[in-house]
Amino acid sequence: MIDISVRQALNEAMAEEMRRDDDVFLMGEEVGEYDGAYKVTQGLLSEFGPRRVIDTPITEAGFAGVGVGAAFMGLKPIVEFMTFNFALQAMDHLINSAAKTRYMSGGRVTCPIVFRGPNGSAARVAAQHSQDFSSWFAQVPGLKVLAPYSASDAKGLLKAAIRDPDPVIFLENELLYGKRFKLEEEIIEPEAIGVAKILRPGSDVTIISFSRGVEWCLEAAITLDQSGTSCEVIDLRSLRPLDMKTIVKSVKKTNRLLIVDEGWPSMSIAAEIAFRVQDEAFDYLDAPVMRVTSKEVPLPYAANLEEMALPNENKIINAIGSMK
Amino acid sequence: MATENPRPKLTQSSPSLMASNDELIKYYSEMLLIRRFEERVGQLYGMGLIGGFLHLYVGQEAVVVGVENAISRQDPMITSYRCHGHMLARGEEIGRVLSELAGKASGSSKGKGGSMHMFSPENGFYGGHGIVGAQVPIGTGIALSLKYRRLSNVCFTFLGDGAANQGQVYESYNMAALWKLPIVYIIENNQYGMGTSTARAAAQTEFFRHGEGLGIPGIQCDGMNVLAVRDSALEAASFVRAGNGPMIIEMNTYRYRGHSISDPAKYRPKEEVKEVRETRDPISQLEQVISERGILKAENLKEIDQKIRLDVRNAAEIAREAEQPASSELYTDVYATQAITDD
Ligand SMILES: Cc1ncc(C[n+]2csc(CCOP(=O)(O)OP(=O)(O)O)c2C)c(N)n1
Ligand SMILES: [Mg+2]
Repeated sequence: MIDISVRQALNEAMAEEMRRDDDVFLMGEEVGEYDGAYKVTQGLLSEFGPRRVIDTPITEAGFAGVGVGAAFMGLKPIVEFMTFNFALQAMDHLINSAAKTRYMSGGRVTCPIVFRGPNGSAARVAAQHSQDFSSWFAQVPGLKVLAPYSASDAKGLLKAAIRDPDPVIFLENELLYGKRFKLEEEIIEPEAIGVAKILRPGSDVTIISFSRGVEWCLEAAITLDQSGTSCEVIDLRSLRPLDMKTIVKSVKKTNRLLIVDEGWPSMSIAAEIAFRVQDEAFDYLDAPVMRVTSKEVPLPYAANLEEMALPNENKIINAIGSMK
Repeated sequence: MATENPRPKLTQSSPSLMASNDELIKYYSEMLLIRRFEERVGQLYGMGLIGGFLHLYVGQEAVVVGVENAISRQDPMITSYRCHGHMLARGEEIGRVLSELAGKASGSSKGKGGSMHMFSPENGFYGGHGIVGAQVPIGTGIALSLKYRRLSNVCFTFLGDGAANQGQVYESYNMAALWKLPIVYIIENNQYGMGTSTARAAAQTEFFRHGEGLGIPGIQCDGMNVLAVRDSALEAASFVRAGNGPMIIEMNTYRYRGHSISDPAKYRPKEEVKEVRETRDPISQLEQVISERGILKAENLKEIDQKIRLDVRNAAEIAREAEQPASSELYTDVYATQAITDD
């Protein structure tokens, strides 16, 4: 049995892929000498040296574009954003340069790059540093978007992202970095991209989430189970492509669906899944699809308002309690 | 042509040190208020009254106090997340700043903004911005509005040495020079952007020269000397007010604490901090001038300090006792009128 944190899992994935392939390199703010703002890249500079672990200035638009250029030449950059809030400065290169070039060049120029870093809310850091961009990226053709919850997926999927021939947005979560998981055996091979995972089988209601939302769902499921509601918890892991097969199969079994999405509800991942489920499994639904999301406000700093604004396990339990 | 701009004459190497006794005491008190405020805030964070990120201004007090005393409140200011000192220098009430840090309804943003997002528009302060570099084009836009309205005011836009490398800074410089906007860019060079020293982040570490290609005059100033800061800001303001377009002042300063409260600052030797504290501290330097000139006795200086400590302590009490924002505040201030809600 291996006991490993999400932080270590991500670190191992990068180190192993860098050992395996000299074309893989890492760049970002404080990734080298400082060992990473959240210590995810600890030790990589000392193992791989400054040729392959590059500390950049605080110039997201610039170094994201530099990464894209290197990827056009066949290198496999891992570009770390200290957090995805700062990726907004680099959005043009993520969307217009990375995602579209294969298509625009008729397949002649490709962009095998990973943009990774923490996404979603962190504790009390307020509106500009606490938000979930999942649906923004998941909307863009040409990108793949991964948002793992567990340490094994963090490792297996990051390896898959690095080896993938297309640009991958890899959304981590600061509040999960320290979370520890027990693994049966070491993860050596990449995990398949685009496959959801049933973490807890159940028969009464399907609960879908991704990233940190999975933690709330699992906790809610334990409580609900005790009061006689059996929940099937699905970890999406991949937001684009989206594994509709697993979702629909589960809904056909439970006939009820709740989606937990830390993003804002309008135009969200939750909205998209609800649409697709009614499209593919309308006759199997015994109740309207429900969702628990953030509120439609920039995230407030005050502790009480912050709690009101974000999803949590109680809100999930209440939503399921109110399901028809 | 922009390059024909006259380079303003400055007295940086030997600041005039011209100030009345009252002025010296004023600068001293204002710097000390920021120092004591930040020290207390650091403690309150440890005690759990404050959450999230916290970036202290300890060591850099002379920069904002010097600039503030060279201009009027009609000359707008804008800066980064390291903004408590600017709030206090601009005259926002201590209790409101501390309450904001505590996330209380009595805070300057009703508790919704926190440490990094503070504003005092009545006093000409436009934030308080969490994303590195973002305040630079915004400050440039504020300058555009001043020119547009044919006002004679100047916008002072503060940015860090790390921020100075951002592309949007260069873009702002270009527009400001092109349109001759009334703006002074104050680069607070505290030698580090988070854990990265200027030499590891900038190919040209003389930041005052970054506008050279665009013909923007730049000067360097001892940012630990409040009088030097004030003089450079005065000179720059009069150059810019005369319609000559932007100027850059690089303030050489130092932050004593880590980048944020959670940064142990292992990337620099402890002796480096110690040496600056002992030889260049802006408050000690001014204290010495005040004593040497016989303006105040040691016990008077102590009284000032005690009064400030008391004010800060009272503000902390106000913040502690204050109410959290009402639940109904969650949806206010999203739009001018009705909020869009999902429930
Ligand atoms: C666009 C962006 N990238 C990264 C960060 C994280 N970050 C916050 S402050 C900082 C360092 C900035 O240094 P500097 O401009 O020198 O200002 P100082 O903190 O020294 O006052 C970094 C990297 C951010 N807030 N915004
Ligand atoms: Mg700095």
